[in-house]
Amino acid sequence: MPRALFPTLAAAVLASLPAAAQEGEPIKIGEINHFTRMPAFAEPYRRGIEMAVEEINEAGGVLGRPLEFVFRDDQGEPGEAIKIAEELMRREGTVMITGSILSNVGLAISSLAARREFVYLASEPLADALTWGQGNAWTFRLRPSTYMQAAMLAEAAAGTDAVTYATIAPNYAYGKDAVAAFKEVLTELKPDVEFVAEQWPPLFDIDAGAEVQALERAKPDAIYNVTFGTDLAKFVREGETRGLFEDRQVYGLLSGEPEYLEPLGAEAPEGWVVTGYPWYDFEDGAGAEFVSAYEARWDETPKNGSNVGYATALSVAAAIETAGSTESAAIREAFEGLTVAVPAGEITYREIDNQATHGAWVGTTALRDGGGVMVDWTYEDGADCLPSDERVRELRPAD
Amino acid sequence: MGLILAQLLTGLANAGALFMVASGLSLIFGVTRIVNFAHGSFYMLGAYVGWSAMQVLPGALGFWGAILVAGVIVGLVGAAVEMLILRRVYAAPELFQLVATFGVILVVQDLALMIWGPTDLLGPRAPGLTGVVRVMGEPVPQYDLALIAITPGVALALWYLIAKTRVGILVRAATQDREMVGALGVNQSWLFTGTFFLGCALAGLGGALQLPKGGADLLMDFTILAQVFVVVVIGGMGSLPGALIASVLISVINVFGVAYLPQSTLVLTYVVMVAVLIWWPFGLLGRAEVAGELGQVGAPEEPVRPAGWPVRAGVAAALVLLATLPAWGGGFALVLATDILIFCLFAASLHFLLGQGGLVSFGHAAFYGGGAYVAALLVRHADTPMELALILAPLGAGLGALIVGWVALRASGVYFAMLTLAFAQLLWSLVYQWGDVTGGDDGIVGIWPADWASGGAAFFWLTLVLCVGGILVLRHAAHAPFGYALRASRDAPLRAEATGLDTRRIRLVAFAFAGAMAGLAGGLFTFSKGSVFPNELEIARSFDALIVVFLGGVKTLSGGWVGGGVFKSAEDLLTRFDYWRLALGLLIIAVVIAAPEGIVGTLKRLARRQGGEDR
Repeated sequence: MPRALFPTLAAAVLASLPAAAQEGEPIKIGEINHFTRMPAFAEPYRRGIEMAVEEINEAGGVLGRPLEFVFRDDQGEPGEAIKIAEELMRREGTVMITGSILSNVGLAISSLAARREFVYLASEPLADALTWGQGNAWTFRLRPSTYMQAAMLAEAAAGTDAVTYATIAPNYAYGKDAVAAFKEVLTELKPDVEFVAEQWPPLFDIDAGAEVQALERAKPDAIYNVTFGTDLAKFVREGETRGLFEDRQVYGLLSGEPEYLEPLGAEAPEGWVVTGYPWYDFEDGAGAEFVSAYEARWDETPKNGSNVGYATALSVAAAIETAGSTESAAIREAFEGLTVAVPAGEITYREIDNQATHGAWVGTTALRDGGGVMVDWTYEDGADCLPSDERVRELRPAD
Repeated sequence: MGLILAQLLTGLANAGALFMVASGLSLIFGVTRIVNFAHGSFYMLGAYVGWSAMQVLPGALGFWGAILVAGVIVGLVGAAVEMLILRRVYAAPELFQLVATFGVILVVQDLALMIWGPTDLLGPRAPGLTGVVRVMGEPVPQYDLALIAITPGVALALWYLIAKTRVGILVRAATQDREMVGALGVNQSWLFTGTFFLGCALAGLGGALQLPKGGADLLMDFTILAQVFVVVVIGGMGSLPGALIASVLISVINVFGVAYLPQSTLVLTYVVMVAVLIWWPFGLLGRAEVAGELGQVGAPEEPVRPAGWPVRAGVAAALVLLATLPAWGGGFALVLATDILIFCLFAASLHFLLGQGGLVSFGHAAFYGGGAYVAALLVRHADTPMELALILAPLGAGLGALIVGWVALRASGVYFAMLTLAFAQLLWSLVYQWGDVTGGDDGIVGIWPADWASGGAAFFWLTLVLCVGGILVLRHAAHAPFGYALRASRDAPLRAEATGLDTRRIRLVAFAFAGAMAGLAGGLFTFSKGSVFPNELEIARSFDALIVVFLGGVKTLSGGWVGGGVFKSAEDLLTRFDYWRLALGLLIIAVVIAAPEGIVGTLKRLARRQGGEDR
């Protein structure tokens, strides 16, 4: 299904001329993502943005001008992303940057954003460092961070009588953050828990049989899983085959997102407590409206990325409208404390650490019509899953 | 006891798919001397084709039938690649064919995305083999046992084919001396095509066989490639029993690593690889390369000559034009030019090694990324000023190259290349997993140039001076006595030794020198991007440089930086489109076929034809 060329080509040719802002000329936003490296995640996200942009423009645009996103592929390489960000800012005349899924690309763009003083809305990357350790005034984040989602699961885990835990997480920064946060929050809530095994398979190169054997050897009461994508599929299959999950509670970070649950089909694990996006059971309100509009527009079901993409475009429009200008400094100030209504509800970009209070859905996995779904879910507001303000200030040295 | 046995069985089951892919690669290399970078892509194709066939074919028969179908189809694709592309470039310089296979990787990636879509496909379970068998109380999946049974079957069939049939005799003869086989009247083309069919079919089988343990996804080509290289190198290039032993060794070590050293599984594999290669530079069962065996295919190389005045004047004019870029180009033009210049220096440093030294390195990114990390770590942990960091980056990378070279130069040819790859991967896995110091994959961010160089134009000029300076130094080294000595050790090591040249030391110095230049490029890269991540040490980065050098022309003095400039510009242009990998892949293949001497080599030939014999 070949798509049209990126609309940027024509723009790139023209853009060597300095772009003078004219009435009715579109306000351009630069969107950098891993369209070739991670198409399964980036494409639904792009569709979410495109749908929001269409709606915004039908309703009169932003500041009376149409909104336009310029999509560029960075191949998942931080160095490429930096180059593209420079091009978008200097030649395309975009007023701010959004995008990235991989945390390292997000961190690279964020560092450039602070240096060049333009606003970067890190919509999808989860690294805690983006808003804390490496946080800066010019970077904002939409999605609930690793810490927030891990804390949601830890709270659910604290309510059970499991005492010994084993963890399995991909051996890179996201996996390590996710395990550290889960341990921290769970130990705080329930000091007698014990972590009896930690497994660290290389990202996208899991030796699932061996990992399952190693976890089984530790005989934990419960398992905390951070693997995702193909690693998750292999882990679930080996674990089911070898009976690892029998009589054990499993907590799965992001495992309930359609991006990860759908490819598993009828083999999706049952009874895991997970964070995810149960769009199929939204009954009314903005969330359900978004789902039906999305299905009508694209003739496919939404993913979590679709929801994030849609909320990204809404946030950008709201910030520019509030700023009343397309100047970087004005947009940045508008983002501080900005409140936006997105499908999940009202979210606020916190002044203290630029993290949005977008939450996540926590529920239990089950099988329905030959596919995995989340049942008994609740929406956990992001604002309730963050550490105290004093702790955040410690974690975020930059301000 | 039961657990250890169960772990052993897991390792043996994992070895199955790995052996099939590795034996295919080894076979192809043994006969055709082509290092098939695209072998992982054939493995991926096998998984996708097998998955599709399993959707159509019903039942247990259908399942196993689908695996065979996948093998045959992928084999046919491989044979087509050989006939349409590789057959046209056998006369090109040694290892040039790998550039074409790199083009194939890009094409397959986009074709798979077009045909099967972006979502990961979960492999169906094998009908009748979904349960477990209890072995001393430990659960062992039935399919694992099936794999453990199938692998020796395939290995035996291969052994029979190679040892007992006429085809096998020809294959073995070609592995030892392919020119002699040709001279004896054997149709080499069909032998090569057949080998490609068999090798790729094995990769396809491997991909389809692992479906019940995983599935098909778009990243599996590169994931398997690194592992397969490890296996083939440990076993010995071209040796099938070696591939079998090494795949079992690596898989079993990995299983126990997962259980007892869960943090360090990545590093473990590469430590084993480096250790094996230090003791057996040609792998466990590999054969030492006979000097000159690979030979210089094609016309003998021309002596190196200084550029004539028209070229000098042209380059000088171009440099002046480039130096005034801040006056007439936009802000982004400076950023792009900085990127390209840095890449040109990186490529030129590898080109020096390849062209002048005849040393093909598959791991040059170790020194580029190494330099980048030296600079970033110095700034992060020791608050080093930029100027000092830019001096220490090449020194650090050069020192690293000295150490790596000291070990790797014990081998030659492809084994040397594989050793450099092993070290590069070892460094990559260390940086990736040693998060406390290197930041792991979150990298080191916020490393910006000093104030005086922080403007776009100032940093561009700094890069221009250092990169052009570096390239000129490399060029000067080629004209200096050192360059002559290096070429002498390349073309006739024995004669060079006889005239009193210490060829090993000359090569080592050349390796360190090229490493230092790559390190300088890396240091500049860090400051231009403000950050560094393990991506700069990846195999893909080494491949980028390698491709560029071959595309530019190995047997010319300017191939490195010209190739770098052309490739980077083409990439910058093409990535604006959807399915740009397809376009870039086809472009690379087209250049390979149309200009096997590389861009500069072909231009030179055309210029010579224009100017008649007048030199």
